[in-house]
Amino acid sequence: MILLDLILILLTGGLLAWITGKWSSILPRIISFIAIAIDLLLTLSIFLKQEGFGHTAWLINYRTNWIPSFGISLHLALDGLSLLLLLLTFFLGLLSVLISWKEIRERVGFFHFNILWILAGIAGVFLSMDLFLFYFFWELMLVPMYFLIGIWGHENRTYASYKFFLYTQASGLLMFLSILALYFIHGRNTGIFTFDYQELLGTSMSAPIAFLLMLGFLAAFLVKLPIVPLHNWLPDAHTEAPTAGSVILAGLMLKTGAYGLLRFVIPLFPEASVRFAPAGMILGVIGILYGAKLAFAQTDLKRLVAYTSVSHMGFVMLGVFAFNTIAYQGVVMQIIAHAISTGALFILVGQLQERIHTRDLNLMGGLWKQTPVMGAMGLIFAMASLGLPGLANFVAEFLILTGTFRANILMTCLASIGLVAATIYSLRIVQKVFLGKEATVWKMKDLSIREKIVCGSLVIVVFWLGLFPQPVINTAKPSVIKTLNSIEQVSINQNTNPIP
Amino acid sequence: MSPSDFLCLTPVMIIAGAPILMMLTIAFTRNYKVIYGFSLTAFSIAFLSLFFILPAIPCRISTLFIFDQYSILFSGIIILASLLITLLSYDYLLYQESEKEEYFIILFIASLGSLLLVAASNFVTLFLGLEMLSISLYVLIAYRRSRDHSIEAGVKYLILASVSSAFLLFGMGLIYLDTGSLEFDKIVPALSSADHSATLLFTGFGMMMVGIGFKLALVPFHMWTPDVYQGAPVPVTTYIATVSKGAVMALLLRFFFAIRGFQNPGFILIITILAILSMFVGNLLALRQQNIKRILAYSSIANMGYLLVTLLIGNETGIHAAIFYIVSYIITSLGAFGVITLLSDRQNDADKLENYKGLFWKRPWVAIVFTLSLLSLAGIPLTTGFIAKFYIVFTGINSGLWLLVISLIINSVIGLYYYLRVITALFSPANEEKLPPVSLAGHLVLGIVAVGIVWLGVNPEGFLSLIAHFSVL
Repeated sequence: MILLDLILILLTGGLLAWITGKWSSILPRIISFIAIAIDLLLTLSIFLKQEGFGHTAWLINYRTNWIPSFGISLHLALDGLSLLLLLLTFFLGLLSVLISWKEIRERVGFFHFNILWILAGIAGVFLSMDLFLFYFFWELMLVPMYFLIGIWGHENRTYASYKFFLYTQASGLLMFLSILALYFIHGRNTGIFTFDYQELLGTSMSAPIAFLLMLGFLAAFLVKLPIVPLHNWLPDAHTEAPTAGSVILAGLMLKTGAYGLLRFVIPLFPEASVRFAPAGMILGVIGILYGAKLAFAQTDLKRLVAYTSVSHMGFVMLGVFAFNTIAYQGVVMQIIAHAISTGALFILVGQLQERIHTRDLNLMGGLWKQTPVMGAMGLIFAMASLGLPGLANFVAEFLILTGTFRANILMTCLASIGLVAATIYSLRIVQKVFLGKEATVWKMKDLSIREKIVCGSLVIVVFWLGLFPQPVINTAKPSVIKTLNSIEQVSINQNTNPIP
Repeated sequence: MSPSDFLCLTPVMIIAGAPILMMLTIAFTRNYKVIYGFSLTAFSIAFLSLFFILPAIPCRISTLFIFDQYSILFSGIIILASLLITLLSYDYLLYQESEKEEYFIILFIASLGSLLLVAASNFVTLFLGLEMLSISLYVLIAYRRSRDHSIEAGVKYLILASVSSAFLLFGMGLIYLDTGSLEFDKIVPALSSADHSATLLFTGFGMMMVGIGFKLALVPFHMWTPDVYQGAPVPVTTYIATVSKGAVMALLLRFFFAIRGFQNPGFILIITILAILSMFVGNLLALRQQNIKRILAYSSIANMGYLLVTLLIGNETGIHAAIFYIVSYIITSLGAFGVITLLSDRQNDADKLENYKGLFWKRPWVAIVFTLSLLSLAGIPLTTGFIAKFYIVFTGINSGLWLLVISLIINSVIGLYYYLRVITALFSPANEEKLPPVSLAGHLVLGIVAVGIVWLGVNPEGFLSLIAHFSVL
C-alpha cells in the first residue's frame, strides 16, 4: 500500500498545488515541496531498513485488481533497483521545486501540478509490475512534460514540445503493440490472459517473433535513452525546457529508458537480447562518440549539456548489452551519477541564464571573477562529467568499461575514446564560461543561499557516490543478479541443446 | 400485437408523441422556455421508461423491430446524448431572430429515427429510420438560414444524402431479389441454399455500403463532412457526430453480424479498404486545417475508420469494443463540440483556432474539458479514448488483423499532431477577445462530460461489464 501512497501523494499534491495557485504563488511551491519531501522520507526509511525485508524477490509487493476483464492488475513492486531510482526521482524532484522558486513566476499552480504529475508518472514507471500499468504511467508522464516545455519553455518551445511528444508517443505505441502481442502469446500458451510481469517472464515463443517483439520494446526505450539515430528530439526538448524540465528530462526521464532495458527487455527476451547484443554495443559506442563530438561543436551551453547526455547514455547501452555483473553495477551507477552531474550542469545553466539572459558560449567568459562560488561548482560538475576519479561518474564508467572488456575488447577500446572526448568538452565548458577573457562585461550576483543549498547537496552526493559507492552497489545487487539470471539461463540452454 | 409489444414500444412512443404535443402547444402560443422544458422532460421520461421495459425484453414486433438488450443500450445512449444536446442548444438558439421552437420538434423526430434504426431488424425499418433521421437533419443543418454557410451545407447534405439513399434502396432491392427476404436474419439461411447468385448479393451489399458509408462519412464518401460540419449550427454538428453516427454504426454492426459478413472474404476486403482509407485520409487532411469544426470533421472520418475495424473482429468482443468506442466517442465529441457551442456568440460560431488562443488562462474550466476531450480523441491515458482505442487494438490483435491494427497505430500518431495544435492554442498567451458567459446548463454538460471521460478512462471495469451484459445480439 505504501507504494500506491507514494504515487497518490504526488497526484493529490499536484491537484492541490493547481487549485491553491489561484490565490497564492507561494502555496503551490510549499505544497509541492512537502509532497515530494514526504515521498523522499518514506523511500529513505525503506532504504535504511532494507535488510529487514528479507531476501525475497521484492522488498515490497502490492497487488490488487484494476480491470479484471482484460487481466490488468494494479501491481506495484519494489526491489533494489527501483528503490534507488525512486530515491533519485524524489531527490531531483525536490531540487526541481527549489530551482524553480524564482525562475517560474507565472502560472505557478499549474507549473507545480505538472511537475508533480510527471514525478508521479516516473515513480509509477519504476514501480509497475503490470505491463499495462507500466504503459499507462509511461504515457502519463508525457502530457505534463509537454505542457512544461510548451508553456514555460524558451524561444522555440512549441516546436520542441511537439517533437518530444510525437517521438515518445510513436515509439511508445510500438512498445504497446509488443506488449499486447506478448499478452496474447502467453495467453494462448497457458490459458492465462494477464499483463502481469512476473507471469509473462519466460513466455516461450519462436526466435523471430521474440526478436520482433523485443524491437518494439527497444523502440520505446532507445528513444527515451536516447540512442543515436533516435536522439533527435533530445537536444530540442532539453534546450527549450525550463530548468526544472531539463533536470527532470535528463535526470529522470532518460533513466526510464535505461530502467526499461534492464527490467523488461533483457528478462522478457533474453535470447533475442543476446542476438541483438553486438548491434546494441555498436549503437552504444556510436552514441558515446557522436554525442561527444556534437557536444563539442555547440555554442549554446544548454544544447552542449544536452548532447553530453547522449554520450553518457551510450555507456548505459554498452553496459546493458555486456551481460555481466560488473557492467550492470556500472550501469546502475551511471544512471544515478549522470542524473546528478548532468542535472547539476543544467541547474548551473539555468542560474546563468537567469542572470545574463543568454546561453551563448561566445558571449560568456571570465565569469569566475564575479561569481567564484558558481565557478567552483561548475568546475566540480564538469570534472564529474568527464569522469575524474573520486567523483560518481568515474566509478560508473570504470565499472562499465571493466565489464564490457570481458565481453568485447574492441568496443571497450572505442568507448574509452569517449572519456577523452568528455574531457575535451567538459573543460571547454569551464574554459569558455568561467575562465578566459570576458567577451562581454556582465554584472551579476553570486549564488544565493537557496542556490547554494541546491548545488551543495548535489556536490555532496557526487562525492559520496564517488568515494563510497558500496551502499548503492549492495542495494542494486539482487536486482542485477536477477536480471543476469535470465541471460545465464539462455546460455545454459544453448550449451545443453545446441541449435543446429 | 400483444400488450407487451406496446410496452416495448413505450420509449419510442414517448419520443414520437412529444413532437405532436409540442406542435399543438406552438399552435396556441409560442414560448421558447416552455418548449425547452418540455423537451428536457420528455427525453428524461423516455430514458426512465427504458428501465421500465427492461423485464419485457427481448421482444420482436412482427418482423420489423427487435427490442433486445442491444437496442435498449443504444436507445439509452441516443436519448442521453439528445438530452445533453438539448441542454447545449438552448443558449445557442436564444438569440436566433426567427422561430426557434421548431428546432426541438425536429430534434425529436431525428431522435425517433435513430431509435428506430437501432431497433431495426428489417430493411423496411432500416430505411424508415434512416430517412426520418436524414430528412430531419436537412432542416436542422440549414436551421440558421441567415448565416453564411448554412444553406450551402443544407443543400449539400440534401443532395448527397438523397443520392446515397437511392444507392441504399437499390442495394436492398438487389439483396431482396437474391434472397427473397427483407429480414436480416433470413439472409444467411438463403445464402446456404444453392439457388442464389453471389454477384447479385455482393453488388447489393456494395451499394448498401455506399449508402451507409455516406452516413458514417467513410472515405471515399466523406466529401460532405467538413462543409456540413462547418456550416451547420454547432449543436446540430454535435448531433450528427454523436447520435446520427452512433445509431448508423449500431445498425451496421447488427446487420453485419446478422449476415456474418466477417466470414466473407469480399466483405472483409471492402471493409478493410474503407477503414484504412478513412483513417489515413481523415487524419492527413486534418493536419492543415485552421477551422476547429473542420478539424473535428476530419477527425470523425478517421474515428469511423477505427470503428470499422471492430466489424472484422468477428466475435462478441468485437461488439463490446465497438460499443465502448462509440460511447467513448460520443462523450468525447459532446465535450469538444459542447465547448465550441458554449463559446459561440450571437453572430459567429467559435470555430477558428484563434478563438481558442489562451482559453486556458481566461476560462480554465472550459479549457480543461476541451483539453480532456482532445486528449481522449488522441487516445492518451487517463481518458476514455485511450481505453477505447486499446480495446480495438486488443481485440484486433487477438483476431490477427495486423494490417488494420498497425494502420490504426500509425494514424494515432498522425492524429496526435493536430490535436496538439489545438491544445497548444489553448495554452498560448491570452488575447483580449471577450468571451460570452457560460450558462449553468452548459457547465452541467461540461461537468458530466469531464467526469465521463476520466471515469471511463481510469475505472472502466463497471462499464465493461455493463456492455458485456447488454450486447447480446
